[in-house]
Amino acid sequence: MITESILLLLLFALIPLIIILIYALFAIWGERKVAGFIQDRLGPMRVGGWHGWAQSFADLLKLIQKEDIIPANADRFLFRLAPFIMFAASYAAFAVLPFSSSFIGSNLDIGVFFLLAITSLLSISVIMGGWASNNKWSLFGAMRSAAQMVSYEVPTIMSVLSVIVVAGSLNLMTVTEMQSGNDTLGFLPNWLILQNPFLIIAFVIFFISILAEAHRVPFDLPESESELVAGFQTEYSGMRWAMFMLAEYADMLLLSLLGAVLFFGGWNSPFGDFMAGPAWGFFWFMLKGLLLVFVMMWIRWTLPRYRVDQLMYLCWSILIPLSFLNFVLIALWEMIF
Amino acid sequence: MYRKHPTWELPQKTDAVMIEINTKGTDERKMVINMGPQHPSTHGVLRLAVTLDGEVVTDVECHIGYLHRCFEKYAEKMDNFPAVIPYTDRIDYVSAMNQEHGFVIAAERLLEIEVPERVEYIRVIVAEMQRIASHLLAIGTFGLDLGAFSPFLYLFTEREKILDIFERTSGARLLYNYMAIGGLMREPHPEFKSETAAFVKQFRPKIQELQDLLSYNSIFVKRTAHIGVLPAKVALNYASSGPVLRGSGVKWDLRKDDPYSIYDRFEFDIPVGSGEMGTLGDCWDRYIVRVLEMEESCKIIEQALDAMPDEGDVLQNVPKRVRTKPGELYARTESPRGELGYYLIADKGNSPFRVKARAPSFVNLSVLPVISKGSLLSDLVAILGSIDIVLGEVDR
Repeated sequence: MITESILLLLLFALIPLIIILIYALFAIWGERKVAGFIQDRLGPMRVGGWHGWAQSFADLLKLIQKEDIIPANADRFLFRLAPFIMFAASYAAFAVLPFSSSFIGSNLDIGVFFLLAITSLLSISVIMGGWASNNKWSLFGAMRSAAQMVSYEVPTIMSVLSVIVVAGSLNLMTVTEMQSGNDTLGFLPNWLILQNPFLIIAFVIFFISILAEAHRVPFDLPESESELVAGFQTEYSGMRWAMFMLAEYADMLLLSLLGAVLFFGGWNSPFGDFMAGPAWGFFWFMLKGLLLVFVMMWIRWTLPRYRVDQLMYLCWSILIPLSFLNFVLIALWEMIF
Repeated sequence: MYRKHPTWELPQKTDAVMIEINTKGTDERKMVINMGPQHPSTHGVLRLAVTLDGEVVTDVECHIGYLHRCFEKYAEKMDNFPAVIPYTDRIDYVSAMNQEHGFVIAAERLLEIEVPERVEYIRVIVAEMQRIASHLLAIGTFGLDLGAFSPFLYLFTEREKILDIFERTSGARLLYNYMAIGGLMREPHPEFKSETAAFVKQFRPKIQELQDLLSYNSIFVKRTAHIGVLPAKVALNYASSGPVLRGSGVKWDLRKDDPYSIYDRFEFDIPVGSGEMGTLGDCWDRYIVRVLEMEESCKIIEQALDAMPDEGDVLQNVPKRVRTKPGELYARTESPRGELGYYLIADKGNSPFRVKARAPSFVNLSVLPVISKGSLLSDLVAILGSIDIVLGEVDR
């Protein structure tokens, strides 16, 4: 009986892992394809036949074969630990995401809180990797990343809180369920972003902040290749580097999925009862998340990069006051209507 | 777990030896960081020893010479003058045509060789095409330094078209060896004129596209305006030239101010920086000068295509054997990076006695430590990109 429940738990834990792995491999390929199409070229075309779909598998095979290099003066223990902590942090956060109406890793009542808390571990792993590498460039990247992630957590949390004020629950499953149905203006879905005009502003703030949280352009300073070589990943190679890469893509998906739950109705179908149900729910949920991931890629290949002080200015002088003000306005709106 | 190598014994103790560092006289707040020669945005093998206080640059020291290929000594050791031309290609491999142009003009003046009209026109056309290609690369990599990846590839597509025309004309894509003393190595290919005209026609809208995409992008402007301000006086004192000097508002272009070849026949403007987005002489000004210069080059190419004679042998004045007379001279031309000068001395032998190349990148680079003090590390990358050095030319 006990072994059965443990097996069941393991199975439940494995499903997000498989989703992440498959997603990460195809997202890396997809990013290169998106980049290719934005830049008037084809992107990977050879490996695997159809539009180079197996490119990421080939890359992964190559990375597995690489020699494992640890710099001579590095802190070997922390150096090895950092990629795993980073991946574990983004993987653990998937536990509270409601993938469909009948699948959620752990139906926590403080789901959002857990998710935000566990993703904060990411900055620890980045600092760990940067410090342990014993390289000045890595240290720079780590320091920038620490400042950036800590700063941008404030607007992220404020915009998430605005949603929580409207939804009245920290449980992501409850937040999703209350967005079911198509009653807005008679036909539009009951997504939170359509419920309250200030939630649109909250979503914009949320999206800008998750770009910074996930180290995406125009906020990719921790690994800005033209300044810091590769930032905190400079000394990493082979599978350890691949772990960072995997975690980065997992983090992108995680934050996008969180955005899908909070603003776009999670696993709810946009057509009411049409195409609804647990399996379709999974489809809609992933579709919404992947669309946001696509927008992140689109931005990456379009914009230049901010400078570190401009990044901080944007956060502390614009986004944080705006998110606080927006929070108050949303609360007022909820009081009045 | 480490596998032991079957034949050699690895040292058992893998702990690194601690080296005593004398910290007397150094400021402990500051950190010296080594940027390059394998850094992604030093545009080659430049090494910068950057002293940082936090992220603020307090001092920059340029270490050059990683790409030194003894051009001047090689030029002396060649059998004759024409044999130097392939080496001039390799000085600045991004604008090889302009380098050749500078050298053949110097050699022709020294050896007193007349050049046919048609050859002059073709030379001007390829030199201006090369200027566009070189600026495309400079602008593209500048955007790349600031994190804008896509404009770089759009511009490379255009550069590729120029290189295709050059390939059909000279047989090479980068190092052409196309100009000869007294003429050209070979006739341009039959469609040279129509292809060039077609290129210019389709290239003009792309400049506008670049302006919309990058030049006035708010993040791009934030990263370049007020950054690395080079006042005109400092620029002149450091003998800067080319877009670096013109970005500071000094209207100085050898094509107008000391016309060589047939540049006095064409109508074109010299764009200068105006401080439109920030301070006069900042990175944005240096950048926009290059963008506007591409348009001016298009004008020159169009005029030259109209006026170019269709008939004539490009090889008729190329001497079978170059005979030198003793003498010396300095000839300067406007390369995409500034004043490119060749100082030649000939004695009785057939080879030059001395060749000195005045490389604009080398001179322009000397201004970097002056204008980057007090900026951030990210700005240093932007400033270096806006100076647009080619390490082949810095080191020669």
